[in-house]
Amino acid sequence: MARKAMLIDITLCVGCGLCRDACKEQNGLPAGEETKLNANAYTVVQDHGNDVFVRRVCMHCEVPTCASVCPVGAFTKTADGPVLYEESKCIGCRYCMQACPYQVPTYTWDQVAPRVRKCIFCHTRLAEGLPTACAEACPTGATIFGDREELIAEAQRRLREEPEKYVNHIYGLNEAGGSSVFFLSAIPFEQLGFPNNLPDHPLPMLTWNALSKIPNIVAVGGTALYGLWWIINRRDEVGKLQAKLKEMEDRKE
Amino acid sequence: MKKLLGLLTFWRAVLVILLGLGLYATYVRFTQGLGAATNLSDQFPWGLWIGFDILCGVGLAAGGFTLCAIVYIFNIKTFKPVIRPAVLTAFLGYLLVIFALLYDLGRPDRIWHAIVMWNPSSVMFEVAWCVMLYTTVLALEFSPILFEKLGWERPLRFVRAITIPLVIVGVLLSTLHQSSLGSLYLIVPEKLHPLWYSSLLPVFFFVSAIGVGCAMVIFESFMSSRAFKREIEMPLLSQLGRVLVVILMIYTIMKLQDLADRRAWAYVVTPNLESMLYWAEMGLGVLLPMILLAIPKVRLHATGLFSSALLVVLGFVLNRMNVSITGMEGWAQAGYFPSWMEISVTTMIVALGITGFALAARYLPVFPPAEHEAKTMEESPHMAWAE
Repeated sequence: MARKAMLIDITLCVGCGLCRDACKEQNGLPAGEETKLNANAYTVVQDHGNDVFVRRVCMHCEVPTCASVCPVGAFTKTADGPVLYEESKCIGCRYCMQACPYQVPTYTWDQVAPRVRKCIFCHTRLAEGLPTACAEACPTGATIFGDREELIAEAQRRLREEPEKYVNHIYGLNEAGGSSVFFLSAIPFEQLGFPNNLPDHPLPMLTWNALSKIPNIVAVGGTALYGLWWIINRRDEVGKLQAKLKEMEDRKE
Repeated sequence: MKKLLGLLTFWRAVLVILLGLGLYATYVRFTQGLGAATNLSDQFPWGLWIGFDILCGVGLAAGGFTLCAIVYIFNIKTFKPVIRPAVLTAFLGYLLVIFALLYDLGRPDRIWHAIVMWNPSSVMFEVAWCVMLYTTVLALEFSPILFEKLGWERPLRFVRAITIPLVIVGVLLSTLHQSSLGSLYLIVPEKLHPLWYSSLLPVFFFVSAIGVGCAMVIFESFMSSRAFKREIEMPLLSQLGRVLVVILMIYTIMKLQDLADRRAWAYVVTPNLESMLYWAEMGLGVLLPMILLAIPKVRLHATGLFSSALLVVLGFVLNRMNVSITGMEGWAQAGYFPSWMEISVTTMIVALGITGFALAARYLPVFPPAEHEAKTMEESPHMAWAE
């Protein structure tokens, strides 16, 4: 299956909230008009004034930080794009929440057996060949769903044809190694609360650089420690032996 | 009634109060969830229990592997008398870290998942394995103390026979584990304040752990000498103070080099909360004790040595809190401050640690016996301090 994605054009969003409502219905979440992501809202629409509305939703990174940091592998990136969470594996360490550069995963804090909650890219709908519920519900075309490569081409076309309308940036194309959700905007992204200091490489590289050194540390370190002990204690033993020999010779005389 | 009050000395009363508050918080935590007991939120998912109980707990246990390496690998037998309190601290420390983890994990009943569900790309996975394996090593390293007390000859001989491989494995696991707690934060370059975020975080965590390990040995020896009216091993601990000077010096130079490499000087001199905390951590917790300990008069004086070691411990704690909490707050804009229940669980755990140490020190052969007792102990073979 071709990799799927969503393109969210902020200039087209009117803040109707139908995407949020469709998402809630699709995922069986209690109704509400949250403006912050939480365990009951996988996507929200934030009002930035002057008719600027910004959707927040999981970016479904190409190399997801959450999947990389999870000690028990509860997150997986599927071939068609979604980043999924397997509740039955989760131990609740919340490293995914700590590590996600977009602050997306949320937690059911009020439960005794809590779990992580976030957008799952309607993966069951995708399997049936349907678009995500939010994209289907969007009346203005602000959120569209499709093949990743085609949506990138579409975003590039919009930037090329109306350069005066947009800031020249497809948010999500390169951030932290790229995502499956892209944004276009008329206002610089950092003014809309998007992190603007993310590297172009996937974040898991940072920890992988450290982790990949472990076999070397163990092998070299183990040998070095044993070698040190061997040399130092050998010297000690030889010293003791010589002292003993000397003592024996002294006694002979 | 009067008799009862007499039994209840001041520190015991404090312990009872701390336990009471901690147990109440425990009840709330496990019956109503993390949300009811803590001030954690989606914006700030890691708080005091990770920052203090885990990061500091593991670090303060570093004396165990540091002294094992000094005594067994480098064969500097002078430090043998303090190796047992160091191993005891480490063992207790790790047990309490696991205990604390049960509070912080959303699903403590699944703590074993990391054994069967592997994700080797996760630093947390490495942390989990290091904790499991090193706690086992520490249990074995601690076991002779128990076997001696019980007079179990055969297991004692067995553990002594594997001392060197055990120490080597312990040092390796500690190296990995101390540094991997720093590696946890490598993944948040955009969140952690530049005064603390560095690709060298794992190295800093490792070096500072060695330093605080030595400081803790000094600190504990001093405290227990007062508690048990025992003569304090001054010449030995002063030597350890000298080691501490060198470690703090290495740490300082690496930190300066790192600031220069990252061109982060501006953050150090910008007057804000972060730079103040940074100065407190580096100035009071690293530079001041380094200078103090370099002065022979201070190093050779019990109070001077003890105060300097205490500064190192406090500086270390502040560093871990800065990395895990205060250095993250600017980004998260969540204004996290631990709830009283979080604090009371933490103080309960600290109190349990101190109590455990005191009980072990009282009933087990942890500290070197005083001069007149030493002789009788040397005569009985299974009480000998040498392996």
